[in-house]
Amino acid sequence: MMSCHRSFVVASLLLVSACSSPAPPPPPSGGGKQVDQATAGAVTGRVTFDGQVPAAETIRMNTDQKCVQGAGPNPQSDAVLVAADGSLKNVFVYVKDGLDSAYSFAVPTEAAVLDQKGCIYTPRVLGVRAGQALEIVNSDPTVHNVHAVPMSNQEFNKGQPFQGMRERQVFTVPEVMVRFMCNVHGWMAAHVGVVAHPFFAVTDASGKFELKGLPPGTYTLEAWHEKFGRQTERVTIGEKQTQTVAFTFKTPGL
Amino acid sequence: MTEGVRSGLTRYTRLLVGATLILVAAGGMVTSTGSGLAVPDWPTTYGYSMFSFPLGKMVGGIFYEHGHRLIATTVGMLTIGLVIWLWRAEPRRWVRRLGIAALAVVILQGLLGGLTVLLFLPDAISISHAGLAQIFFCMTVALALVTSPTWRVPPRALVEDRALERRLLILVGLVYAQILIGATMRHTGAGLAIPDFPLAFGRLIPPAWTDQVAIHFAHRVGALVVTVAVLLIAAYIWRAHPDRPELVRPSWLLVVLVAMQVALGGLVILTGRQPVINTLHVATGAAVLGTSVVLTLRAFRHRFTKRPHHAPGLQFEVRRSKLQVSS
Repeated sequence: MMSCHRSFVVASLLLVSACSSPAPPPPPSGGGKQVDQATAGAVTGRVTFDGQVPAAETIRMNTDQKCVQGAGPNPQSDAVLVAADGSLKNVFVYVKDGLDSAYSFAVPTEAAVLDQKGCIYTPRVLGVRAGQALEIVNSDPTVHNVHAVPMSNQEFNKGQPFQGMRERQVFTVPEVMVRFMCNVHGWMAAHVGVVAHPFFAVTDASGKFELKGLPPGTYTLEAWHEKFGRQTERVTIGEKQTQTVAFTFKTPGL
Repeated sequence: MTEGVRSGLTRYTRLLVGATLILVAAGGMVTSTGSGLAVPDWPTTYGYSMFSFPLGKMVGGIFYEHGHRLIATTVGMLTIGLVIWLWRAEPRRWVRRLGIAALAVVILQGLLGGLTVLLFLPDAISISHAGLAQIFFCMTVALALVTSPTWRVPPRALVEDRALERRLLILVGLVYAQILIGATMRHTGAGLAIPDFPLAFGRLIPPAWTDQVAIHFAHRVGALVVTVAVLLIAAYIWRAHPDRPELVRPSWLLVVLVAMQVALGGLVILTGRQPVINTLHVATGAAVLGTSVVLTLRAFRHRFTKRPHHAPGLQFEVRRSKLQVSS
């Protein structure tokens, strides 16, 4: 009987510890090979949009007056941000293929941050390393639920009823992209690219991106946009070489 | 049971029917607005117990999801009250048992609702939740009917029509199957898989098939089958039992409800699943099923006289050998 009780207590403690603390970051994958910074190169580039820019969706925030106070009653959606010169913001660009699996990359100890501010996820698109902590913050004086809908990682749905609440989550499996939503405020959306290596970037307002520290080699780069889909480009980098790659998205269906 | 207690019980069960229909509609609004996961925890709401969640925080999708939970809790408590009432005042054992079965179903329904939230709305559990809701609604309708004065003391001799019984049983099965297909369509996101109405991609039969198109089209075919079945049964009742208002009236109601339901189904598509239209479609579907159950029970009423019980205060006149009253 005693041993039965002990087993139960141990099992309960294991269960509680498994449920209450996030899993520690996994050790860096790969074969331990390090990138030689003396020979590393880079890829820079720009992502543009060519075609009729879809009209920005008007968000109706009047279901929550706290959101209206923060962002106004009818802000425009930031899903598609195209500058006058065609520069496309919020495109996730990363090395999809070609990286030697023998390379190892230490997982950053600092967390990436996804904020909820003005009832909008900020940033809308970001990248994290597999195993890196993602800290989700509620900066709004209202209730949010943080609902991640991955395909390969573990789905979660966490409530953040108070301003200032923080939630740490770790995605362990590379996945581009993980969609985030808030079921309280149906317009809220974010997309997180989970990558096994540090070679990813999100385009800025001028559509530019830069992937630094790449070892010489031939790579497949992928650019992802939540409305316009995916594009890939092949690029070869020599020692200490910087290559330029351009992606151009067009109106869907053309 | 005194007459006052009886009429009170009848009113109470009708209140439960109304509350359950509102609950079904509230559930429809949760699905239609995509608010099923707006409250991530269960049985608590953002850590608060059911009734202590601040009203000021009932914003956006929480309004629908937490509102659904509040109505569901109210219906659960009303059901507990009904079981106690039946246990104390209802002489018919099978009615008391029906009340307990309804309580068991509503508890199971609550558990399914919680489970589907905690497991991120898996289709199977969400569809089961939708299907069980209709069963519970039918049980409340049945309880309201069998505790009503006209059930206990029918105003006229009872009808015994085996053909009608068979047809009504088939109708209830068809309507319920159609509701389950509708729930499957709603929960698998197939509501707009065929974007036009009444045609399908401009044709009678969809030119291309996916799982979602098949589910959606099955719901349309189901609507046609149910409509034809309702019209045939209504016509039969009007022809064979024109002097039976307890059958004629619900048969007319059924025809009107089915016409409304088909129109609402079309509007769901034409409005791109507008939440209120969508919810009216769900609630009208429940009303069609409930009315079918009422008709069916009334057609079967004579069978409840086979084993007369000896409850005090219940004395009925046997009007002819074939047509009896009791229970």
